[in-house]
Amino acid sequence: MSENGHGWEESGPERLYVITGGREADAAQSRLDLVTLIVSREEPGVGMQPELAAILRICRSPLSVAEISAYLALPSSATGVLLDDLLTDGRVEAREPASSLPDIALIEAVIDGLQKL
Amino acid sequence: MDSKSSDTVMEPREADRLPSSASSAVKIVIVGGFGVGKTTLVRSVSEIRPLTTEETMTQASTGIDDLAGVEHKSATTVAMDFGRISLNEELVLYLFGTPGQQRFWFLWNGLFEGALGAVVLVDTRRLEVSFDVIGRLEEAGVPFVIAVNAFPDAASYPTEELRSALDLPTSVPIVVCDARRRESSRDVLISLMHHLRDHTLTAEPG
Repeated sequence: MSENGHGWEESGPERLYVITGGREADAAQSRLDLVTLIVSREEPGVGMQPELAAILRICRSPLSVAEISAYLALPSSATGVLLDDLLTDGRVEAREPASSLPDIALIEAVIDGLQKL
Repeated sequence: MDSKSSDTVMEPREADRLPSSASSAVKIVIVGGFGVGKTTLVRSVSEIRPLTTEETMTQASTGIDDLAGVEHKSATTVAMDFGRISLNEELVLYLFGTPGQQRFWFLWNGLFEGALGAVVLVDTRRLEVSFDVIGRLEEAGVPFVIAVNAFPDAASYPTEELRSALDLPTSVPIVVCDARRRESSRDVLISLMHHLRDHTLTAEPG
């Protein structure tokens, strides 16, 4: 063990391997965008993996995948693996981003919102 | 209620929480060279203090210019700063700042997918970074505007001079901004949305 008490670096590959159970995020397969909003459907349970518990806790109100990654200090690919697990178990819900081919109504809504800033 | 195990995880402050009615999000990408003011722009309009997400890519490093001839596997880690604007009770806008240099384009895959468009933030003293970026955005069909961050010690050029230096069609707006100022940064985003609206109206059949 190294002097600082850590066997690995905070964001080193070993830590990610442990957190994701060695699974690699397949970016092409992930259904999650950086701005997909995640909302918890339940409270963290006793003995739950700390990262999963943390997600359930911080997503009591909606948070984007990017924000979750930032708060967990994990790359979004690793966050995606954890979120996929939670989604599969129905512990969180995902709110998809607005259409990638924006219509005029969406564009006007963005302009209105910006003008109020 | 919160256990000790949460110590390592930052949590959103109460003021940073979105209403539960937030139902969908959109994103705009701010792209430009180092030091051009991407994070400054994001910070000036964001309702949250900008957050950072780290992206990694493992790759063989041959072909990367500054390591020419040296072949080994390396994990590239790049930090992206982003901010957020709640547009109304349902709709949220995220702004991502990303470096423009070609070696960071691996970040762009997921980033531009579904993005409304891009702001190319330009420093007139270092225009060269923008050439590749503009070419790439045009290729990918991403709507964009050019925002010139008016640094106090940089000479100001007439817009048309910049347009010809950047070889831009007249359809692409060029705006001058002060990324430190909220209204100025907001106006850049509004210019992009107006451009996108024109773009969408023109593209609609019939």
